[in-house]
Amino acid sequence: MKKCYFDHVATNPLHPEVLDAMMPYFREEFGNPLSVYEYGVTAKNAIEEARGKVAGLINSKPSEIIFTSSGAEANNFALRGIAIARQNDGKHLIVSRVEHHSVLNSARFLEKSGFTVTYIPVDKKGFVDPDTVRKAITKETILISVTHASSEVGTIEPLKDIVKVARERNITVHSDAVATTGNIPVDVKDLGVDLLSMAAHQFYGPKGAGGIYIRQGLRIAPLIYGGIQESGRRAGTENVPAIVGMGKAAEMAGAEMQSRIEYLRPLRDRIIYVMSGIKNVYLTGGDKENRLPGHASFCVEFIEGEAMLLLLASKGIFSASGSACSSKALKASPVLLSMGIPSGLAQGSIVFSLGTGNTPEDIDYLLNEFQLVIKRLREISPYAQGWGDKEGGA
Amino acid sequence: MYSDKVMDHFTNPRNVGDMADADGIGEVGNPTCGDAMRIYIKVRDDRITDAKFKTFGCGAAIAVSSMVTEMVKGKTLDEGLAISKEAVASALDGLPAQKMHCSNLGADALKKAIDDYKSRQNKQDPQ
Repeated sequence: MKKCYFDHVATNPLHPEVLDAMMPYFREEFGNPLSVYEYGVTAKNAIEEARGKVAGLINSKPSEIIFTSSGAEANNFALRGIAIARQNDGKHLIVSRVEHHSVLNSARFLEKSGFTVTYIPVDKKGFVDPDTVRKAITKETILISVTHASSEVGTIEPLKDIVKVARERNITVHSDAVATTGNIPVDVKDLGVDLLSMAAHQFYGPKGAGGIYIRQGLRIAPLIYGGIQESGRRAGTENVPAIVGMGKAAEMAGAEMQSRIEYLRPLRDRIIYVMSGIKNVYLTGGDKENRLPGHASFCVEFIEGEAMLLLLASKGIFSASGSACSSKALKASPVLLSMGIPSGLAQGSIVFSLGTGNTPEDIDYLLNEFQLVIKRLREISPYAQGWGDKEGGA
Repeated sequence: MYSDKVMDHFTNPRNVGDMADADGIGEVGNPTCGDAMRIYIKVRDDRITDAKFKTFGCGAAIAVSSMVTEMVKGKTLDEGLAISKEAVASALDGLPAQKMHCSNLGADALKKAIDDYKSRQNKQDPQ
């Protein structure tokens, strides 16, 4: 059966050239980077080369990059590390409502530890309004954390404007850029952020490798205490093959970024164009200019997301949904609800996120099968003619 | 995640549709929580001769609806009332634990349809 993977926000396949770059560090070059003899030196050099490549991708200095195990770890590090380091300056944080769980749950942890957190709403397209951020600032505010782009609705946030607001008040700014790094230009100097999280598997690198940009001179408490790895900021013997893979993936993403974007955008726009023509199907998230290049997300009214995912999967089409039933927590996506989408409509959430392996023929196959799935599930739905007296509606 | 039987009833659901001349209709759930089911029954001499359903929900909810309509056909009203959620789930070779509560609406909807039939009968023949 044909297999079409449209869930690149979940993870990307490893690029074969990245795997080739990693392989020696699983085998003959297995050394611990702290060792003083040849094996250690080779491993240490490999990590530092990778650090340079990641720094090159986001326009930072190599010394401003700390490798982590994941984007989630980077987000935990940023929130907890800054909260601890700056607690004498104040105990208030601002985060948006469209953050990843690793940001939201770190914020909730800090609330239990004596900090207060303001959760900033978004508009119906998923945008954080810098003015709303400004109004949420108090004398106690030490950190603002706003994602660079939501992987659920693809909206690219006005980060530069939010940084401007923070600069007026000496507030640290963190951004979860897991969805954007390696996929669209991310320039930490241009954005002006103090901290930025990333994950290698979002740009054809390996799982188990993430990173955080920490602006030079910024004080931050470590998340993991131990040895002197990563300048003493992140202890633990380095995952050398994964870090090497992240470096290689970063190098390739930088070199191929424009061509990847130019390849993905028309595919994405074709999905949006065709689906927007179907009755009671609504695009969720940002407009084309402020949207991830391979990201098309919708709410399909009167049917449920998990049912769509499974019927599509039975045709070899793999996608994602923010519906309650498709989540382990059985709760409709907080991102969609925070955008003001009614909870019944949010159950019909579906997300297609494209990658360089998808072809125009894959898109035709998807569009054809998806329309059949919608028709079929609406035939089963009691609401195909409308929500009636139920509170589902748009 | 789902058993083969759930996938079979989900991808080829039996008895989907509306019933214009239904003798009883039962509706449970709500779109806001992700699952809602409507079941129609036809009754002759205290026996359920036909059943149809319409469901909004996940794969489990649709499979449960399909299975309960199959199970109830030919049963007496009392036998229909005796069909439990657990019986529907086990006829499907089990459901994932997190789906037992919210998606396993078939038995409840059936009970409501039978209650609806009985209350219509009572209105027609006031004692």
